[in-house]
Amino acid sequence: MSKYTEDDLKKELKTKQYEYGFYTDIEADTLPVGLNEDIIIAISKKKEEPEWMTEWRLDAFKKWKDMEEPEWANVTYEKPDFQNISYYSAPSNKPKYNSLDEVDPELLETFKKLGISTDEQKKLAGVAVDVVIDSVSVATSFKDTLKEKGIIFCSMNEAIKKHPELIKKYIGTVIPKTDNYYAALNSAVFSDGSFCYIPKGVKCPMELSTYFRINEAGTGQFERTLVIADEGSYVSYLEGCSAPSRPENQLHAAVVELIALDNSEIKYSTVQNWFPGNSNGEGGVFNFVTKRGICHNNSKISWTQVETGSAVTWKYPSCVLKGRNSVGEFYSIAVTNNFQQADTGTKMIHIGENSKSTIISKGISAGKSQNSYRGLVQINSRANNARNFSQCDSLLIGNECGAHTFPYIETKNKSSKIEHEATTSKIGEDQIFYCNQRGIDTEKAIALIVNGFSKEVLNKLPMEFAVEAQKLLEISLEGSVG
Amino acid sequence: MSNLKEKILSSFLAFENEKDIDSYVHSIRSKAIKKFESEGFPTKKLEGWKYTSLKRTLKYDYKLFPSQKDIIDFKDIQDYLINDIESYKIVFVNGKYYSNLSETTHEGMDICILSSALTQSKYDLVIENYFDKISKKDGITSLNTAFSHEGAYIHIPKNIQVDKPIQILHFSTGENESLMFQPRNLIVVDENSQVEIIERYQSITNNNVLVNSVSEIYVNKKSNVKHYKIQNDKKSSSLIDNTFVSQEHSSSYNLHTFSFGGDLTRNNLNIFQNDQRIESTINGITIIDDEQHVDHNTLIHHKEPNCTSHQDYKGIYGGRSVGVFNGRVLVEKEAQKTNAFQANNNVLISDKASINTKPQLEIFADDVRCSHGCTIGQLDNNALFYLRSRGIPEKEATALMMFGFANKVLTSVQNQEIKSMINKIIASKLAVKIGFDL
Repeated sequence: MSKYTEDDLKKELKTKQYEYGFYTDIEADTLPVGLNEDIIIAISKKKEEPEWMTEWRLDAFKKWKDMEEPEWANVTYEKPDFQNISYYSAPSNKPKYNSLDEVDPELLETFKKLGISTDEQKKLAGVAVDVVIDSVSVATSFKDTLKEKGIIFCSMNEAIKKHPELIKKYIGTVIPKTDNYYAALNSAVFSDGSFCYIPKGVKCPMELSTYFRINEAGTGQFERTLVIADEGSYVSYLEGCSAPSRPENQLHAAVVELIALDNSEIKYSTVQNWFPGNSNGEGGVFNFVTKRGICHNNSKISWTQVETGSAVTWKYPSCVLKGRNSVGEFYSIAVTNNFQQADTGTKMIHIGENSKSTIISKGISAGKSQNSYRGLVQINSRANNARNFSQCDSLLIGNECGAHTFPYIETKNKSSKIEHEATTSKIGEDQIFYCNQRGIDTEKAIALIVNGFSKEVLNKLPMEFAVEAQKLLEISLEGSVG
Repeated sequence: MSNLKEKILSSFLAFENEKDIDSYVHSIRSKAIKKFESEGFPTKKLEGWKYTSLKRTLKYDYKLFPSQKDIIDFKDIQDYLINDIESYKIVFVNGKYYSNLSETTHEGMDICILSSALTQSKYDLVIENYFDKISKKDGITSLNTAFSHEGAYIHIPKNIQVDKPIQILHFSTGENESLMFQPRNLIVVDENSQVEIIERYQSITNNNVLVNSVSEIYVNKKSNVKHYKIQNDKKSSSLIDNTFVSQEHSSSYNLHTFSFGGDLTRNNLNIFQNDQRIESTINGITIIDDEQHVDHNTLIHHKEPNCTSHQDYKGIYGGRSVGVFNGRVLVEKEAQKTNAFQANNNVLISDKASINTKPQLEIFADDVRCSHGCTIGQLDNNALFYLRSRGIPEKEATALMMFGFANKVLTSVQNQEIKSMINKIIASKLAVKIGFDL
């Protein structure tokens, strides 16, 4: 990243195609398309799952069949045909690898293009990467270091086998199977995901990170992540996304559950850069994600997200502030360009006394895109002295895009204090002029101003992500002027 | 609830048979009743009615056509009038025009009633151009349209500054039954004219009353309309107020809504800015307690460039009351250089009261300045202590602070008589005497 110069950016801007749009040709072990009970049993079998998990999936599927696809979001898209998706795909060069050398060289090449070359990160960044390529984890590093501390960081599938007591206790407790249409679908067919458990009083020494990719054509990705921070522990979790350029729409319906027990803290950061569709609005990923965390006494959950990709985003990372003095935070940058649509925001449910929440949301829309903030702040009657501050700023670039704000605020407690403010504006001509005057061309100037606009949120990202995120902002907005 | 709907549908035929079948409005009414039949009353499932349920209000067996006219005297209603000033008055009792207490005119302008405007041919042009043109075609508005035949009719021609304010007063009186009314007001203000309107719905009985009113207001080029809604009804009465305002070039519309009374009050306010350089200001003060429910649902639709809109709603909620604010600002692609501001400040003074607020911005133009702010809090204990340490009893001190909180909206009322009337209502609502005017 350090060698990245202006010339490089120029070259990149000229080519202008989706940067990570490539397709690795690995023979994949894919189930036939369609969704029924047999498919679910087959997924469960392939995963060598215990019976209770199969039952759990089937129950979710039963409930999903009775549910209807939600339509209230401010997005329009062609609904995916759920019978036309393959619900399981895994690289076939199994079984598992013990070291990186054993990994398919083609796969390693993929990582390099993604900029997450595992060996480099091992040395430099100190990040343990649990790479999930098309739903199955193939490379896990730093496991030993984590093991010493008693931290469990593995794939969901492994956790179901090795730590059934934890999974049984916590899975579906924050996001019930019936929570919403896509959560139910995910509960029925989830392929894999990450599981993380931080024991009592342990401060996780490194940033845990997972990269997701959608590789096989027409494969829906149904990740399931569960992070549990036991009493007094701390963890920072990073999630980054990238998908190859594909003409047809791909569906991603993930579920992320965070559990912060007493006095613990979870920091969950996301950079999402999936294929947004080309400049005519064709293709792109549908991103329908359910993310929620529950905070017990004195605990804290902090969501940070940079959303630049996906054709349609439908995502509301939420906090249930159940405990006393619990804290919920939400920092978000959502950038939409061309025909992208994003309906994203958060829910802060205040139940415990003295619970506090902060919402900072920055929306940037360009091209013909639509960007909505939708948030809920709910103060229950027992949440004395609850406090919320929300700020939603939108930036419009060009006059064919839209920025929308739908904040819901519900209060049932007289001692609570809530503030909400939102602004919408465009980049000032005087600001651009100032930059032009100093020899910075308009496109760069916009990148500069957007960076400044997003600073508050970018600052919340871990270092490794902040650099990548800044670059992403520039790439997503390229071609939006003129 | 469905019983009421059936009753309404069956009584429509009887209602319409009395009227002239060939008239222009007949087809509008018939269409509207069909719309109501399919849509029905709004339920909580509708996004716009998420926080307001009509269940409690619709459980009564409302009588749709009060049988006889009650005799009322000036003394029965004088408390509800603004008397210190000269004014035009259009008074309705139980949905029927009451000429004894009214003061209308046809000299140079028409300040009269809709029933005569609908039946006399000299008004045809205005009716055909303006009647039912901007009202929304949802269930509740359609219900009013279907039964629309009486209400205020105001037409101010070009270049007229109306010399005194117009009071529109709807009273309901003492029959021992629950009553439902569908008043319909049509206000057309032509180019370069100016008018001030005070609107009030008041029940003189303790029976259950539901008013479902629709007002269409046309603010034409360069004209100026100041509009005051005083909602301080008995706690047995409910009001669904649907107001639609259409504004033309360089016009200005200014509305104050004071919601203090009533069981359930729902204000559906829609402002359409159809041309450039338009100004819309809507302010509101809500002070409620007990089981009261007030819902402000506003829409400001910016369609053309260089317009401004300003909203400021303040609310104080006690008892088990529920306050709802659902403000929507829509800025179309063409509406560059729009300046829209929206503020909603609320104070909760009781543990059982609740507030649901949803200030929305939907923006499709890039060169705009749109902002909204919304706060929920309580009165400052330090300030309260300051006042009390200077010998002001707690009740008065609290009241003073509430006045202070609402003061920004109060001071924007330019009509002194209205201002002092509102001050009086607030003081009596808080049961205090503060001894001076603010």
